[in-house]
Amino acid sequence: MLELLQQPWPWYVAGPLIGLTVPALLLVGNKALGISSSLRHICAACVPAGIPFLQYNWRAESWNLMFVLGIALGGFIGYRLMGHPDVVGISAETVRDLKAQLHLTDFSGLLPRELFALDNLANWKGWFFLVLGGFLVGFGTRYAGGCTSGHAISGLSNLQWVSLVAVIGFFAGGLLMTWLIYPLLF
Amino acid sequence: MKYLKYLVLGTLFGIILTKSEVISWFRIQEMFRFQAFHMYGVIGSAVVVGLISIQLIKRNHLKTLGGKPIVIADKKFSHGVWIGGLLFGLGWAITGACPGPLFAQLGSGVPAAAVMILAALAGTWTYSALREKLPN
Repeated sequence: MLELLQQPWPWYVAGPLIGLTVPALLLVGNKALGISSSLRHICAACVPAGIPFLQYNWRAESWNLMFVLGIALGGFIGYRLMGHPDVVGISAETVRDLKAQLHLTDFSGLLPRELFALDNLANWKGWFFLVLGGFLVGFGTRYAGGCTSGHAISGLSNLQWVSLVAVIGFFAGGLLMTWLIYPLLF
Repeated sequence: MKYLKYLVLGTLFGIILTKSEVISWFRIQEMFRFQAFHMYGVIGSAVVVGLISIQLIKRNHLKTLGGKPIVIADKKFSHGVWIGGLLFGLGWAITGACPGPLFAQLGSGVPAAAVMILAALAGTWTYSALREKLPN
């Protein structure tokens, strides 16, 4: 059992558990699963700067910040304490493509070091992958009114057509980056 | 300590994200290249379970543990839904992470996650500042 918990979990275990988070939050306190809102709350708490969109009682949303703090704690427990393989078991085709197209050689860890090492901030790669990438995640999710959890999981679970539009947008953006922009950059 | 339950649920959520490797850039690339079912299985089965759960809650008029009614707000449409969605999608394929995984990566000890979270905060702040000037 312990060994089973240490292995990477298959989709049919993880997916339903993620799905159960939706009713769990509703039953515990009528809260809708959503994570990108936490970024807004942090901005409202730390740098409101007189911006109308950041003037609201963020303290009333403290539960969301606690949830996010928990996610970080879960990352520590799940990765550091429960153990993990050195290499994420992606398909051989993906390894082949990433070697050929992005010139990756090191497949250890959660993210490729060749793109995400902090030293890369001395060249375009760091600014592209860390700074521009992060910026687009924060800008895009708020503009869209949600991220993968708020729109894809919560929204689609509640049959919101708006969320379906958002999810199609997420995928269109991801495919555009992977299939058109990456090949231009590398 | 009224927030403890959210800390616990968040921790469980973070463990699930981490153990299923959906916080890995490699898994997101595999997804956008249609080379494995893993991510589609995770998201798809999460939606199915979430959908059944919400239907059960609605049909049985379930209340919260504190006895309050459960009301889920509808998502409102604006042009931002698809424009912002597209921009987030570009960022998702770059960072290999949506906001939840960024926090889980930080906890797992990835230094880059701290930079990406700061950049994401800058993105959210910039959107907030420009909000009235953007098409909505």
